[in-house]
Amino acid sequence: MKKANKRVIPGFGLSMGVTVSVLSIVVLIPLASLAVFTANMSISEIIGTITRARVLASFKVSFVTALIASLINAVMGVVLAWVLVRYDFPFKRLLDGMIELPFALPTAVAGISLTSLTADTGLIGGFFARFGVKIAYTRIGITVAMVFIGIPFVVRAVQPVLEKLDGSYEEAAVTLGADRGRIFREIIFPEICPAVFTGFGLALGRCIGEYGSVVFIAGNQPFETEITPLIIMSELQEYDYASASAIALVMLAASFLILFSVNLIQVKNAKILKGGN
Amino acid sequence: MHKESKGSKAVKVLLIGVSVLFVFLMLVLPLITVIAEAFKQGFKVYAEAVADKYTIKAMLLTVEATVFAVAVNTVFGLFAAWLITKFRFKGKKLLSTLIDLPVTVSPIIAGLIFVLTFGRQSPIYPYLEAADIKIVFAVPGIILATIFVTFPFISRELIPVLEAQGTDEEEAAALMGAKGFTIFTKITFPHIKWAFLYGIVLCAARAMGEFGAVSVLSGHLRGKTNTLPLHVEILFNEFKYVPAFAVSSILVMMAVIILIARSVVEYIGKRESENVR
Amino acid sequence: MKKNILNISLAAAVLFTGITSFTGCTAASAQGKTDGSITLTNVSYDPTRELYESYNKIFAEHWKEKTGQDIEITQSHGGSGKQALEVANGLEADVVTLALEYDVNAVRDAGLIEDGWVSEFGNDSAPYTSTIVFLVRKGNPKNIQDWDDLVEDGVGVITPNPKTSGGARWNYLAAWAYADKLYGGDEAQVKDFIKKLYKNVLVLDSGARGATTTFVENGQGDVLLAWENEAYLSIKDYPDDYEIITPSVSILAQPSVAIVDKVVDKRGTRDAATEYLQYLYSDEAQRIAGDNYYRPSNEAILKEYANVFNLDINLVTIQDFGGWEKAQTTHFADGGVFDEIYEKSE
Repeated sequence: MKKANKRVIPGFGLSMGVTVSVLSIVVLIPLASLAVFTANMSISEIIGTITRARVLASFKVSFVTALIASLINAVMGVVLAWVLVRYDFPFKRLLDGMIELPFALPTAVAGISLTSLTADTGLIGGFFARFGVKIAYTRIGITVAMVFIGIPFVVRAVQPVLEKLDGSYEEAAVTLGADRGRIFREIIFPEICPAVFTGFGLALGRCIGEYGSVVFIAGNQPFETEITPLIIMSELQEYDYASASAIALVMLAASFLILFSVNLIQVKNAKILKGGN
Repeated sequence: MHKESKGSKAVKVLLIGVSVLFVFLMLVLPLITVIAEAFKQGFKVYAEAVADKYTIKAMLLTVEATVFAVAVNTVFGLFAAWLITKFRFKGKKLLSTLIDLPVTVSPIIAGLIFVLTFGRQSPIYPYLEAADIKIVFAVPGIILATIFVTFPFISRELIPVLEAQGTDEEEAAALMGAKGFTIFTKITFPHIKWAFLYGIVLCAARAMGEFGAVSVLSGHLRGKTNTLPLHVEILFNEFKYVPAFAVSSILVMMAVIILIARSVVEYIGKRESENVR
Repeated sequence: MKKNILNISLAAAVLFTGITSFTGCTAASAQGKTDGSITLTNVSYDPTRELYESYNKIFAEHWKEKTGQDIEITQSHGGSGKQALEVANGLEADVVTLALEYDVNAVRDAGLIEDGWVSEFGNDSAPYTSTIVFLVRKGNPKNIQDWDDLVEDGVGVITPNPKTSGGARWNYLAAWAYADKLYGGDEAQVKDFIKKLYKNVLVLDSGARGATTTFVENGQGDVLLAWENEAYLSIKDYPDDYEIITPSVSILAQPSVAIVDKVVDKRGTRDAATEYLQYLYSDEAQRIAGDNYYRPSNEAILKEYANVFNLDINLVTIQDFGGWEKAQTTHFADGGVFDEIYEKSE
């Protein structure tokens, strides 16, 4: 509330009130109970729980596969959004409409279908099996399931920005003789960059936490293809709430850090953009 | 339309090809698998599974949870996006990170936190019990979980667009004495309407398909707290493979209906705006 | 401005609790009794749906005959451990019918079931039992006859993870019982046997159903360790593709039933709940269990199904492992034998 000119636009109090109160009820209070339950353990117990070899191995599996899947999603998401916004071709609407379907399909169903496709008896799996590549029941399978559930995030984040992006800059650049690679790098990419980061961050977070679709395709071998949510599930199965919430808290912290850094990058980007103008 | 050189045509074909292939492998094939499995034992088995009274009850509950989630998140999303893009204040980055957080929280943890907050272990449980209010293992819990997992979807769609648009127009309008609501409907909304539509569709699709968190919270009471994805899970666990896929296909169809509705709205909207020009 | 924020947040909070309590009340009242009819909630585990669907019908008739009252039973099915957790966390179940004693004990530990529930009904409160068998592909190409065939090189085994699936603990213990007999109780050798067995496990699914899918639909592995009733369900669906092999030693799996005392006292449904579980032991109900491939606890009726079940199998019980609490801490808890065999095999 320092400078009056920043508050020219009305509605600050109202929007702050609604945002904060809904956020508290739906997100903050329930998340706080996770911390409360973890507090039942001593620090050394918590560290002991989260540094068990099997838990550490699962962190590695979850984070590495999620990172690869989100990178694939970031690249494919930009390509898809670009194609959907800039080009006209038959069945474009159909393609556009398909994007949200991974969300609507229950994750378990997605997992089962993907597994039957990519197992070495399946359509896709059979093809790759000829080259000795196994997809289902390996880390590749986990990545495939994560790519599936993460697609809509990047596409739908980038698409509106591309749609709004004025074509006139590019046209000007083309007339000035800039090649397309340069136009993309210097004009388009900076514009869509925040959106790409948002989509990437959300997809990454979602992939790390995903359970339903991944358990079917993963094989769940300890140290090899066991994901962290599965460990949490087994702790719950043993009625060990404290350990479950301790591991959950680590994942939560990781998600928070990912999102926070994405937001920082975004803000930095926005500043660069403004400065450039 | 600008002229296309030979090179750009090749890029266009390549990008469209890659997109179509990607969407076909990652989205279309799994869907075909679902539909093929659903009809594996003929139309009669399919029709029986779909017309089952528990399926219909589950469908109604899914619709109810989706409507609630979209309604709450729409209100929240508009206010939150307005707050984050139109004002400067301390803790903004933190706030926007917290808003995104639910997407990245593992569905299992999402269910767990509500059980911890409102279940028998919670300090407020005696009060809830005395007032005969059931949250977990009843419909409110399902709705809360659905709101949680779709929490940032609408605000996330709006924020990048609003950010790209800046605050100049609103500031000008406010200086000329326009009221908040007028500014929003006359200036802001036209910019964000497509992003808004995407957000609603994304939110609705995800709400329908949500499985993990709801699964932890519902109690699986047949005919009372079973949503469609849970009904699928139960059928599957009961060795009813084909009916499970048949019920999944209802979800696919519901998603398709929403997506068609979106396309129609978009088409009409865009045609009108062209006519105005 | 401050006041404004306060007002709005208050309004939002009121609205929100309004929504939740409104739906909460409707949900709560739906469970209540009207016009002398009565409702029961039976929280059960996964593959018992058809069993209880048939049983609920005959029980409703029985109850109507006995008391003149209509009774409606709401079923809930899910993974056994998960179901127990939900009851412990406030899911209002009048009775639980779960896969193992350990899960019912979890509900007891939450203070909802009184001590001594095991002896409340006949046969350790297990009206029907099952055991662990092998499901192999037709013709048994790998010639699997007993547990020692499973540790051979090149045999792919499918079994769910005992840490996440209550049912899979029976699989593990059955294998242990065999090795224990084979090596005369030499624990190092037994552990080695179990380690070899789990080395042959190709996919460690989180639940029994997932494991069946992996084996049946996705064609992984040569043998599926399964509950007898579930193995028969697969045979029923694909009679030409699979066969059941009964090993020489297996374990008596005892799914447990119990009344949730706190809930029935609150709802006033104790009589109906008691009768509901008691009637599971009637001849009629025992035959329903048999028809659903569970072994009836009534010996006379079990004999009627002699052509279905292999009655010569040598069955150990959980008591041979010192009861569930002990088996759980020794084998499946964090740092238990199951963790050990995996950590050392790396």
